[in-house]
Amino acid sequence: MDWKVFLEMAPSGGMTYLGWLGSGVVWTLTVSSFAWIIASLVGGFVGVARTTPVPWLRAIGTVYVEIFRNVPLLVQMFLWYFVMPEVLPKALGDWLKQDLPNALTLPFAAQFSLWELTAAILCLGLYTASRVAEQVRSGIESLPRGQTNAGLAMGLTLPQVYRHVTLPMAFRIVIPPMTSEFLTIFKNSSTALTIGVLELTAQSRQISEYTFKTFEAFTAATLIYIVITLTVTFAMRALERRVAVPGFIAQAGGH
Amino acid sequence: MTDPQSPMIDLRAVSKWYGAFQVLTDCTTRVKKGEVVVVCGPSGSGKSTLIKTVNGLEPFQKGEIIVNGVSVGDAKTDLPKLRSHIGMVFQNFELFPHMSITDNLTIGQVKVLGRSKDEATQRGLKLLDRVGLIAQKDKYPGQLSGGQQQRVAIARALSMDPIAMLFDEPTSALDPEMINEVLDVMVDLAKEGMTMMVVTHEMGFARKVAHRVIFMDRGAIVEDCTKDEFFGTARSERAQQFLSKILHH
Ligand SMILES: Nc1ncnc2c1ncn2[C@@H]1O[C@H](COP(=O)(O)OP(=O)(O)O)[C@@H](O)[C@H]1O
Ligand SMILES: [Mg+2]
Repeated sequence: MDWKVFLEMAPSGGMTYLGWLGSGVVWTLTVSSFAWIIASLVGGFVGVARTTPVPWLRAIGTVYVEIFRNVPLLVQMFLWYFVMPEVLPKALGDWLKQDLPNALTLPFAAQFSLWELTAAILCLGLYTASRVAEQVRSGIESLPRGQTNAGLAMGLTLPQVYRHVTLPMAFRIVIPPMTSEFLTIFKNSSTALTIGVLELTAQSRQISEYTFKTFEAFTAATLIYIVITLTVTFAMRALERRVAVPGFIAQAGGH
Repeated sequence: MTDPQSPMIDLRAVSKWYGAFQVLTDCTTRVKKGEVVVVCGPSGSGKSTLIKTVNGLEPFQKGEIIVNGVSVGDAKTDLPKLRSHIGMVFQNFELFPHMSITDNLTIGQVKVLGRSKDEATQRGLKLLDRVGLIAQKDKYPGQLSGGQQQRVAIARALSMDPIAMLFDEPTSALDPEMINEVLDVMVDLAKEGMTMMVVTHEMGFARKVAHRVIFMDRGAIVEDCTKDEFFGTARSERAQQFLSKILHH
């Protein structure tokens, strides 16, 4: 084993192989965090939409989930990156492929453009949103129906019932499944390498190709993934404890 | 809008269907101001459905319901406003588990009636004291017994200064030893002249404070008579069978 390899200069970027690894970590975190923001916002809305009594809202929610959840992530990655610019109006497609990449130079020795990054974030975010939506929906549906009735009966409007009664409880119920979605997004962010985003997995592969230190390169990546996921797990556990409701034991199922 | 003679709750030939299944058939009854009406009948006979049509929680397809002069089924009716002065108490209490007891008592007052937090807290705590639970004000619903939760639920409904109260089997989810603490609160309310529509099988409560008893069977009101008539010579055979069954438990 030769861990000193990470201190050698890498062939590009003006940094060591450790620098490459660091760059990979930065882009993994970037893709995952922005995708998570999209996933929780869009997923939250879609999940709530599917529980409302409004037929067209439910329909939009259902169609969204069925499309994004059932097409493999890798295929979606290719669709966003290769197919979307071609099916958009020509001017917009050209802008994505030609102007967006030059809009700004990405820092941290990125060897890809803003367009690859955007496509990866959108794809991962909107795909994960469909999974988040299902968790949000089942969280809301697991609450007793009587809670909504109790809110309405005191004169709250339906949006007020969501705001003050349903969502605060659903939020607490979905923290554990959300933790696992959050972890999945980190793991899934490695699919971004298929459209050229040099994130952690891609960088370790690159290091292994240049140095033939395959074991060291992938061991380092594995350790970093473990550190990230453990951090997320602990943070989410802390959040769970913070918002725990005294005396409340979540019922399985519901009425 | 309402003269003192007109009923507080007026159901006129209300019918409701779930698809092809008729849950309510031509239900007609009136509840006057200050009147206590007990609704009983076998499980599945439509009692919950009927009581929920009164505040518009369940829509209905035929007939008319007038509450305090307002038509519940009218699409133009401001349902949240109407509901804000009809209290409702549920079989499963339905306190909001993530809110302290005090917050449960104030949320409706603040969000619906627009009272200040201070005013709402004052009013809420006074009612909490009245149901004997002031010591629990900072606890959460999950930390209270069923009987205590139901008393809080009644206080929560009263905090909105309702003109009438609806109860849907308020004691049937309770352990037997807790039933009386809830019934006592309800008896006091009735004695103070609250207009009440109460779905319950507690015939002791009916005997003590009810003015009228309604007996439902398969979605229809088969008996609607004064308490004395009901316990004296309940006319329909179904009602007699039902009575003898629950009175022997
Ligand atoms: N959402 C629903 N869809 C179809 N049938 C229902 C629904 N809710 C209640 N019912 C049926 O309507 C009938 C009356 O129910 P309910 O009013 O709850 O009776 P009760 O309160 O007297 O026990 C029952 O047969 C019940 O199965
Ligand atoms: Mg019922």
